[in-house]
Amino acid sequence: MAVSGLLFIGFVLGHMYGNLKAFAGEESFNEYAHHLRVLGEPMLPYSGFLWIMRVGLILALIAHVASAVILARRAAKARPVKYAVKKNNGSSISSRTMRWGGVTLLVFIVWHLLNFTIVKINPSNGDTGGDNPYHLVVDTFDTWWMTVIYLLAMVALGLHLHHGTFSSLQTLGLTGSAVSRARARAAGWVVAIVVAGGFSLVPLFVLVGIIEK
Amino acid sequence: MNLTLKIWRQAGPNDKGGLHTYQVADISADMSFLEMLDVLNEQLNEKGEEPVAFDSDCREGICGMCSLMINGEAHGPEVTTTCQLHMRSFKDGDTITIEPWRAEPFPVVKDLIVDRSAFDRIIQSGGFISANTGSAPEANSVPAPRDKAMRAFNVATCIGCGACVAACPNGSASLFVGAKITHLGELPQGQPERWSRVVDMVGQHDHEGFGGCTNIGECAAACPKEIPLDVISQLNKDLRTALKNGH
Ligand code: HEM
Ligand code: SF4
Ligand code: FES
Repeated sequence: MAVSGLLFIGFVLGHMYGNLKAFAGEESFNEYAHHLRVLGEPMLPYSGFLWIMRVGLILALIAHVASAVILARRAAKARPVKYAVKKNNGSSISSRTMRWGGVTLLVFIVWHLLNFTIVKINPSNGDTGGDNPYHLVVDTFDTWWMTVIYLLAMVALGLHLHHGTFSSLQTLGLTGSAVSRARARAAGWVVAIVVAGGFSLVPLFVLVGIIEK
Repeated sequence: MNLTLKIWRQAGPNDKGGLHTYQVADISADMSFLEMLDVLNEQLNEKGEEPVAFDSDCREGICGMCSLMINGEAHGPEVTTTCQLHMRSFKDGDTITIEPWRAEPFPVVKDLIVDRSAFDRIIQSGGFISANTGSAPEANSVPAPRDKAMRAFNVATCIGCGACVAACPNGSASLFVGAKITHLGELPQGQPERWSRVVDMVGQHDHEGFGGCTNIGECAAACPKEIPLDVISQLNKDLRTALKNGH
């Protein structure tokens, strides 16, 4: 769980950085997308690097979801009779929404891949953008409800990362003192705000017309 | 003060059980929570009804026998045990819901009493050190660094009450196990069995049916002895080291 989660953190940081290329303009963004496909050539075939990443992410996702299911099952078995009254005193909202938040992210990722990778659904004019992911991004986020979906997904992602970052460090045994625990909590805030905030910039700036075709 | 109590009544392990409502009057703010329940039980005895069964022993916060989920909080609203909780923490007219610890490995024996022998079996699986018996060794013959001794001492205050399990949304006993692992693992006397201890205790914990830890933190907030969350990190670290070295 912790290891696959840390891989995802690395991935979202890289992905977010790539998205910010949209601020550098169409050419720069498309250049980056192209670069991802030719990276490692000629040692790797076209898209070779991308496929290595994809396989790695799929394996991490399987491990992540499998551990989540096992933990949820164990929790349900360990408390078959619920409390009539139960207060939460020491836990963050993010820590208590990991399971449903994770399911939300899974649904989002399916939609997101249909949107940008597998089918390339363009909600504004049906144009898949061809080799121009920049156009697809701008057309997508010119549609207000698509921007809303993405922003909500980023709220879910921010929550998931807030607890996930701390929790993975704790599970790996790296928070053995009050100071290191406070640092791990702070890292959770930083990762959540940087990633969710960074991802949100592009949709928002497209919607208000600052990033345009 | 006058109070309305909603108390879980369950005649035995196989009874279905349910919440029953009782009234108590003229409760003094200086009474402990258990003394308030004693008052209720005297009333019930006078009426010829079955008194409410609950656990207690030392009534001074050191044995870990008392329990009770009070208005959704393990040991109630203060950071202490139920026996050391006083009625001044409540107001006249309050409704107080009292339930037993809820966890599959802590089955209800009767009313508010649960069987916590799962903890004993976890201790038996590794929560000990092997030492030669006989006359006590010279006190300073085994030096322990001060910071480690302090940490060991602080977490050795765990009284095995089970509040951490009761408060945890996963029903995990990781805080309890982590406290024992840290307590013995920080001291020289705990080293010989350190790596087999963590593997065996975690194995027994899982075998008893406690849930897995997701680092939510309700346990540390509920612990009457303020065992910190970092003992779970220590537990994970020791477990990783042990497994890496083939234990
Ligand atoms: C506002 C937020 C996001 C935006 C604007 C965005 C945008 C994009 C775009 C444009 C692509 C296609 C890139 C290309 O064709 O070269 C893509 C691919 C992808 N995104 Fe996102 N993304 C966002 C958030 C996320 C999140 C949160 C995740 C996962 C946790 C994610 C996972 C993926 C994956 C797995 C791919 C496919 C990579 C591939 O195999 O080609 N994205 N994204
Ligand atoms: S860790 Fe705290 S809450 Fe858990 S059994 Fe020990 S004293 Fe009780
Ligand atoms: S009765 Fe001993 S700790 Fe409460």
